[in-house]
Amino acid sequence: MSAVLATLLLMLLPLALAGGGAARWPALARLVHGGCFLVSLGFAALGVAVLVFGGGDPLLLPVGPPWAPLSLALDGLSAWFLLLLGLVGAATGLFAWTHEAEAPPRRLLCYPLFLFGMALCLGAADGFTLILGFEAMSLASWGLLVARAMETRGEGERLAARLYLGFALFGAACLIPAIGLMGGLAGDLSFAGLRAAPMQGGMAALVMALVLLGAGSKAGLVPLHGWLPIAHPVAPAGVSALMSGAMTKVALYVVARLVLDLGGPAQPPAWGAPLLVIGAASALFGALRATQEVDGKVLLACSTIEHVGLVAMGLGLSAVLRGADLGPLASVAAGAALLHALGHALFKTLLFLSAGEVEHGAGSRRLDALGGLIHAMPLVALCALFGAAAAAALPPLVGFAGEWLLLQALLSAWRVGALWVQVMVAAVTAVVALSTALGAMAMLRFWGLCFLGRARTPRTLGAQDAAPPARAALVALVVLATGAGLLPGSLLALGAPAVAQVSGHAGLVVAGPWSVGAATAASAYWPLGVLLLVAIVAAALVAGLRRLSLQPAARGPVWDGGFIAPPAHLPFGDPATQASAAGFAQPLRRMLGTRLLMAREAVHFAAPGDPAPARLEAGFRDPVLPAFLRPLLIARDRLAQAAEWLRDLSIRQFLGIAFGTLLLLLALLALAGPP
Amino acid sequence: MGFGQLPFDMAHLLAGGVLLLSFVLLYQRRVTALIGALAAQGAVLAMAVAWQGWVLDVPALYVTALAALLAKAVAIPLGLRLLVRRFGLRRAVETAIGIGPGMIMGVGLVALAILVVLPATQGAGALVREGLAFAMSVMLLGMLMMITRRHAIGQVVGLLSLENGLVLAAAGARGLPLVVELATAALVVALAAVAGFFTLRLRDDFAGLDLGLLHHHRGESAPPGEGPP
Repeated sequence: MSAVLATLLLMLLPLALAGGGAARWPALARLVHGGCFLVSLGFAALGVAVLVFGGGDPLLLPVGPPWAPLSLALDGLSAWFLLLLGLVGAATGLFAWTHEAEAPPRRLLCYPLFLFGMALCLGAADGFTLILGFEAMSLASWGLLVARAMETRGEGERLAARLYLGFALFGAACLIPAIGLMGGLAGDLSFAGLRAAPMQGGMAALVMALVLLGAGSKAGLVPLHGWLPIAHPVAPAGVSALMSGAMTKVALYVVARLVLDLGGPAQPPAWGAPLLVIGAASALFGALRATQEVDGKVLLACSTIEHVGLVAMGLGLSAVLRGADLGPLASVAAGAALLHALGHALFKTLLFLSAGEVEHGAGSRRLDALGGLIHAMPLVALCALFGAAAAAALPPLVGFAGEWLLLQALLSAWRVGALWVQVMVAAVTAVVALSTALGAMAMLRFWGLCFLGRARTPRTLGAQDAAPPARAALVALVVLATGAGLLPGSLLALGAPAVAQVSGHAGLVVAGPWSVGAATAASAYWPLGVLLLVAIVAAALVAGLRRLSLQPAARGPVWDGGFIAPPAHLPFGDPATQASAAGFAQPLRRMLGTRLLMAREAVHFAAPGDPAPARLEAGFRDPVLPAFLRPLLIARDRLAQAAEWLRDLSIRQFLGIAFGTLLLLLALLALAGPP
Repeated sequence: MGFGQLPFDMAHLLAGGVLLLSFVLLYQRRVTALIGALAAQGAVLAMAVAWQGWVLDVPALYVTALAALLAKAVAIPLGLRLLVRRFGLRRAVETAIGIGPGMIMGVGLVALAILVVLPATQGAGALVREGLAFAMSVMLLGMLMMITRRHAIGQVVGLLSLENGLVLAAAGARGLPLVVELATAALVVALAAVAGFFTLRLRDDFAGLDLGLLHHHRGESAPPGEGPP
């Protein structure tokens, strides 16, 4: 299996070269996208095969430094995430075949490398390879952003790329010491070696903090989420989908691998508490921001923060329950996390690709410039409806299954006796309920503003539905998301090895082909039953209406809150008669935004005698990122000023500095003594 | 092997001689005497290396000793002397810090070297431990000399003395390949050549060897009394 993975990885490198060669031969672009599509399908198939048949021994690669030979291996956990990556990569590959055939070679060069980095990180069997893959992923995705910034020459894009690089470097600066600390003095970085030498006490807490900072910043967990809504939307739709759908999951995989799988056994319940709390904060913050954003892709990126938070909560809860020796419940939480990770990858890819189609067709991402697209692009509207419904956690779609399991695990977590766990779980459960509702609201707003109502700009009416390969990607994602939603039990049975690795308990107790549940005594979820129920109710409603109504249905003018059909002299109607994106968000902005998002509203009256109209100014801003960046910028300026005197030193003074440093180190050595 | 046995005492004496000459280098004010002390240090170093070769029974060290003798006791001092004579350099070399503070700092560095090396090499033979402590002291003193001397010649001599310490350390360790020694020697010769070249250029351009002159070219104000002639 590892050899197959190595082969697939190696196939991506010539594709990157071909992407570089697209400057000369433009036809190579299609080759890159087709190749990435096929390799991604290979990843997905390989993931399923490993989940069914097991992974086999690690494969030592003939490259790498002598102290850390690179090794590849797939086990349940990595296979689950590889499956997810493969599905997302295949969909984006198809999408890119349609829309990125003319992409500049810079982007074509970075795209296969991005896939390569993610797959290498997932297939790593030692800490060094893991970091190598993670950083390759970071750098390649940064390259994609830079390529985009060079294309558009926009200031915003440039700043986004720079911010992204800063966070990527910060992540590396946290993850590399974490791996080093885990390896300890023995220096054995292979997963088997790391598992054999578990961390303890303060060292474990330090590693936990570093991993949460390093991988958490890449996953977009609060408080290091600030870059995500800025950077993800900058990339083209396919890359945004890969970033939101797959890259955040790779970061979560790193958390699950390092903190739960390698460092998790024999830890107290408090081990999972940071992850649980941070996840809850991310879910709430992301969902609230998603209800406020006026840019479609930024909204989706904020929704990613929400769902990543939910997955992190599942992982953290699993660690809490595992620490309290509640294995079966821990496996439910872990199953919820893994299922929701897969589900989010599917529906968020679907939504981002739909947003890409909308941007391509209607020429804008701003919700205030869209509207009425259901007439122009019915298929995209239908697919996006499925994605939005899944993201809003409506049964029987995939989003519901994961969140339902997570809530079941949370509601059963009172069995952990400690009071602080009970209080925390109660608070966190309320937060999950709130953020799920907010997320549903955000999705309703997104879909409604994009596709319903009347076109807000004439440009929107010229939109065309998706072209065949991209259409295939959208439909396939709908089928996958619905299928995964209908068969969560089978999926979790397939992913039992991954669940076992995260939770330390062999699989879910109740995970049949048709149903899934938290425990034998608790209620179970039958997606097909729910589907049947919904179908029966809908059919009965339709039949009843047909039978009861005396006359056949007829369309007529309605009083719709002042929103009437456009008059003849104003064919598109007055845009002001429709609710704008900001107007739609106003109730929540007033309710929750003032506290959490520093939302403000101010009415500016014109001076007496001035005929200008009064203006209402409303807006919000995320307080977290500036709170981090401003002190950093001030500190940078201070440091730069302080370092200024270094320029004026003479040679002797430079030598003196080096000599003094050496003496200091020697004195330290003399004081500390030999190890 | 320990105190009272001829191989150890002899090695101790010779390495101690190298260290003593480092102190001499540290306080010596006159250029010609400085070069003479450097030659003496090279000669004692060659004897120390040869003695190590005899004690450890490594014939390769004789070659090293011979190279050290020829290069450090003869060739480089002669070259430096030639340089000094050819350009009529000022004979007096004023140190940046006084002799007294320099001596105190030197003694402190030797103490530091002993404190670092002896605990770190527990388990090794006494000969190796003492040898390493001596070598490290010589290196630290060479560095101190480099930063306390104001003139290029003094800094070159400090660099060469530092390299002597390296050779002493290398000879103490069992079985250092000759290649490394040759490489380090070549490196230092190259460095000396570069330093000599700079000396030459300085002499040509400014008729002086004061590095403070360089400051003018970087747009700085010279300290009082150090302006260009």
